[in-house]
Amino acid sequence: MRRCLGPLVTLFAVLWLPAAPPAAAQGMPRYGGELIFAVPSEMPSYDGHRESTFALIHPMAPHYNTLLRIDPMDRSGSKVVGDLAESWTVGKDGRTYTFRLRRGVKFHDGAEFTSRDAKATYDKIVFPPSGVASERKGSYVNIEAVETPDPHTIVFRLKFPSASFLSSVASPWNWIYKADILEKDIRWYETNVMGTGPFVFVEHVKGSHWVGKKNPNYWDKGKPYLDGYRALFIKDSAAQVAAIRGERAHIQFRGFSPAERDSLVAALGARIAVQESPWDCVLLATMNHEKKPFDDKRVRRALTLALDRYQGSQALSKIAIVKAVAGVQVPGTPFATPPAELEKLAGYWPDINKSRAEARRLLKEAGVPEGFAFTFKNRGVPMPYEPLGVWLIDQWRQVGLNVRQEVAETAKWFADLRGGDFEVAMDAQCGYMVEPDLDLYKFQSGPTSAAPRGISDANYTRQKDSVLDELYVKQSRAIDPEERKKYVREFEKRLLDEEVHSMYTLQWHRIVPHSARVKGWTVTPSHYLNNQLDTVWLTE
Amino acid sequence: MMAVKPAALGEIPEVAERGGWRRAVLEFCRARPLGAIGAVVVLINILVGLGAHVIAPYDPLATDYGAMLARPSAGHWLGTDAFGRDVLSRIIYGSRTAMLVGFACAFLGATLGAVIGVTSAYFAGKVDLLIQRVMDIFLAFPLIILALAVVSILGTGIENVIMAITIPMIPRAALVARSSALAIREMPYVDAARAAGFSHRRIILRHMLPNVMAPYLIMLTAYLGQAILLEASLSFLGLGVAEPTPAWGLMLRGAAVQFAESAPWMAIFPGFAISLAVFAFNLFGDSLRDALDPRLRTQ
Repeated sequence: MRRCLGPLVTLFAVLWLPAAPPAAAQGMPRYGGELIFAVPSEMPSYDGHRESTFALIHPMAPHYNTLLRIDPMDRSGSKVVGDLAESWTVGKDGRTYTFRLRRGVKFHDGAEFTSRDAKATYDKIVFPPSGVASERKGSYVNIEAVETPDPHTIVFRLKFPSASFLSSVASPWNWIYKADILEKDIRWYETNVMGTGPFVFVEHVKGSHWVGKKNPNYWDKGKPYLDGYRALFIKDSAAQVAAIRGERAHIQFRGFSPAERDSLVAALGARIAVQESPWDCVLLATMNHEKKPFDDKRVRRALTLALDRYQGSQALSKIAIVKAVAGVQVPGTPFATPPAELEKLAGYWPDINKSRAEARRLLKEAGVPEGFAFTFKNRGVPMPYEPLGVWLIDQWRQVGLNVRQEVAETAKWFADLRGGDFEVAMDAQCGYMVEPDLDLYKFQSGPTSAAPRGISDANYTRQKDSVLDELYVKQSRAIDPEERKKYVREFEKRLLDEEVHSMYTLQWHRIVPHSARVKGWTVTPSHYLNNQLDTVWLTE
Repeated sequence: MMAVKPAALGEIPEVAERGGWRRAVLEFCRARPLGAIGAVVVLINILVGLGAHVIAPYDPLATDYGAMLARPSAGHWLGTDAFGRDVLSRIIYGSRTAMLVGFACAFLGATLGAVIGVTSAYFAGKVDLLIQRVMDIFLAFPLIILALAVVSILGTGIENVIMAITIPMIPRAALVARSSALAIREMPYVDAARAAGFSHRRIILRHMLPNVMAPYLIMLTAYLGQAILLEASLSFLGLGVAEPTPAWGLMLRGAAVQFAESAPWMAIFPGFAISLAVFAFNLFGDSLRDALDPRLRTQ
């Protein structure tokens, strides 16, 4: 009986605690207070255009604005609203987007924001000079030119109409930088902060914390509500849970595991609120095509055939923040492949014995001996990298491969991925919105030793695939949803089945338990959204 | 001078032969029962590590998703972890990792430290000054901090962990060896060796090093426990041995913390294994020190 009490209390608490109401319905905001949140990792640099980790966006997004943003009150994380652009129009040909910019916006140093700053920012993102990394430039391949007819207007001319363009401009990574600074030193933002956002940078103590204080001259009058915020870098998830349990931190925006949620709910009861959402995130196992034997697609195919994703989903969802078996789109979304069709792809076959037998045959055919050893490079972020790493190694072991794991800190892990210093590595694909353009751009041709400039700097597989590049453009141009779906499926088949450049593991599930004092924040399917903190406030 | 050396060297084997190892061991057990218990536990640990593949009931890497977080039972004496892996088997194999790291670090650390310490004492003067200042720099950092710094430079993995733990041990061993060697350096047989024209290397390796064997053995046993604890600490922090290698410290992190309340066996048993091994090595090491230190021998 006593054994039953713990889970029952947790269950009661979960059922009794209503899901946090939408931010808009949480009453009159209160001014003051310092929001304290845990960040499970630390940023490799300060440049939002270069990086793709939550470790950067969580502590730093409050210093910046973007042209458009996703409505912070929208749980679906798909409603585009203006940020520094107050309105926009689309030309009849669908190729010209004109944005009217807000007046009276100032950078934290007092300089006025104009269209020149917006253009310099987008030039850096879309057309970066050689040697300057732009992580998401692959998702802007349809931009032909960026023009500024006057100081408060910016025009984007596209090569072809694109249904996803506004979503791309609402990217939470496209922080508006100051043109004067970029002109002098385009890499200045890798080590410095200067934005127009609701909070001004105070200090960053490496390995400890990041502090921001209220911007008294913020253009959105009346905001922000908080006096400031403090991001604590806490790598260990138990320590993050302890910080929230001990009410030394209010929230950790990325999310916790089911067990951690249950322990917080059991400990804090009504003092904790829980928000959950499907998560537009997946971990990939990426194979370096410049390292033997991973240049052989039979070997890559064998590696994906070894994975029992269905059993993994059942088992790992109990201990980690992963759940659904997915292709290149979040299951249940318009362009996602239905399960019956997904089962035809390599690694998704329902009969795991048949799948593994084929994997062994392919390895043998490719001349890979039984017990072949290689190193799997994983990221030193415990959840869900650690359990998924253990699961992958175990799956590959079952087809006779001997895998050694090497765990690297975030900065080194990124550096190794970018530099091609790995055989097989864990890679992540997280979108800020479920949209094929945003979810697939990563897989366009990446840098290789022979040709260091790729379409996508986020493709770490060290290969170029012109067929995939074409399919990406075709799906992006397709205005008819059915036609677009067809190209997305073709893209998926080539990426995951025919060439197996990368392999998807399991879709994430986001669970954010936070102090009930935190109001004005809404969970979305992306942990990259809703970090400007301008709408967040604390109760007494 | 010449008469002293053969007499001094000749006495040592004679005493050992007359007493015999068996008698020495029995005497050690009688005089220091706690140390003897420690030695037995150490011996068991070594045997378990060596025979892990025979003793362990399951493959330590084999997952069983049908038995995730299973309580201790007849099938799994110490339960299973979050991946359904048998905790007992992982502890048994973890003993191999602990012993490997422990012995490698203690041996390398104590040996290199002894060589550096004796060399420093032998040459004295500027060489001694230089070596000691370098050692002082290393000694300024606590053991765990220096190990963390080294592993963050070298990366994770068993070889790097051995390096990371060995490096901070060297200056500590060097300091102890040097203080013993300073007295030996003035002994007549060292002077005799010099007078006979032996090389520095020969004097250090054949005449001085064997005479710091007592402090060397004490350091070796003392460092074994420390090395095991450090390896467990580094692995617990995610900077040591990487999954899926069975290692005690590693078993304490991740899911063991996450499920500490609902599946406490995941943390309790590896924690007990670490405590027992370190305690045993310390007991044995302390008793060995007492036995070998002439100042404590009569106490």
